[in-house]
Amino acid sequence: MNVVILGCGRIGSTLAASLDREGHNVSIIDRNSDALRRLRADFSGNKVVGNGIDEAVLRKAGIEKADAFVAVTNGDNTNIMSVQIAKHKFEVKKVVTRIYDPIRACAYRELGIETICTTIIGARIIEDYVKGKDLGPIGEYCALSDDEAVI
Amino acid sequence: MYVIVAGGGRIGHYLSRALIDAEHEVLMVEKDRGRADYLAEELGEAVTRGDACEIRTMREIGMERADVVVAVTGDDEDNLVICQMAKLRFRVPRTIAKVNNPENEDIFQRLGIDTTVSSTKIIFNLIEQQIETNEVIPLAPLQRGNIEIVEVDLGADSPILGKRIPQIALPEGALIISIVRDGHAILPNIDVEFRQGDSVIALVSSDKESQIRTVFAGVR
Repeated sequence: MNVVILGCGRIGSTLAASLDREGHNVSIIDRNSDALRRLRADFSGNKVVGNGIDEAVLRKAGIEKADAFVAVTNGDNTNIMSVQIAKHKFEVKKVVTRIYDPIRACAYRELGIETICTTIIGARIIEDYVKGKDLGPIGEYCALSDDEAVI
Repeated sequence: MYVIVAGGGRIGHYLSRALIDAEHEVLMVEKDRGRADYLAEELGEAVTRGDACEIRTMREIGMERADVVVAVTGDDEDNLVICQMAKLRFRVPRTIAKVNNPENEDIFQRLGIDTTVSSTKIIFNLIEQQIETNEVIPLAPLQRGNIEIVEVDLGADSPILGKRIPQIALPEGALIISIVRDGHAILPNIDVEFRQGDSVIALVSSDKESQIRTVFAGVR
């Protein structure tokens, strides 16, 4: 799979490393070259420094051949705009973004953009746990693989 | 009209002042406290501090009542979200966005923003006009630039001198609106012959601009 990831923060770099290890073609963009240093030396994907709402930068990252586009910068609006460019301009089949603001996440989901609101997810899971519910499969999600764990 | 201006930069500032002078109800939203305070000294109650991308701010300023929302911040992504949320959540009938990167005009229009303004593009077009002397000069874009009003000044080498309108092969969709001769506008009836020095004003779809050039100014 060809995957373009916008934003090399904690989510972006973790996702990029994981997909890369599985043999997918990963291209990751961040406007700050220092952020790309989160990736380990064995990352074999493509690293692009630039603004993710600039079409030239997206092209450079290979968006025209992408099967999936993921926007996980720390700016909700940047994420919202870039996924809409990916979906409507470059016709990427699978686009998904992390949005902090629950209202914006909900509004854009209505427009057919897959938005994952980590604020709501986090709050609800914690609330459930505090009220005594079992965390279920969440424990599995949170476990680190040997490659990810740095001791 | 109730106009909400998002972004208190220079454009937002002078636009709000002009709208207030024209007796519109104006509310400008500026994120930065210092900047908002500064603007409030001149514009008074027409300025409020807040993030126009936040639904809470939008509710507080009564966005559902707005006739027009204008987003003129320095960030295209913010301008896009402000206008989209205004339409989606508050059914604002008209949204206008400043587009800093002219490449983004296309995506803004596809995403339903009613009007986009790109000063970069306007200045670029003005410079292009200067370079293309005595050729096709774009005067005004209509229908988001799909149709243009253009002016062609006929030089000594124009192939249509002495001809009348029915004798020239205008591209389909092009229409001659007027011929300006010695400072007077002439209605383009079939008897008028083109002369050197005439300015021909025409309506043309943008993709036919080069054909207009060939017809009026000859191939270079």
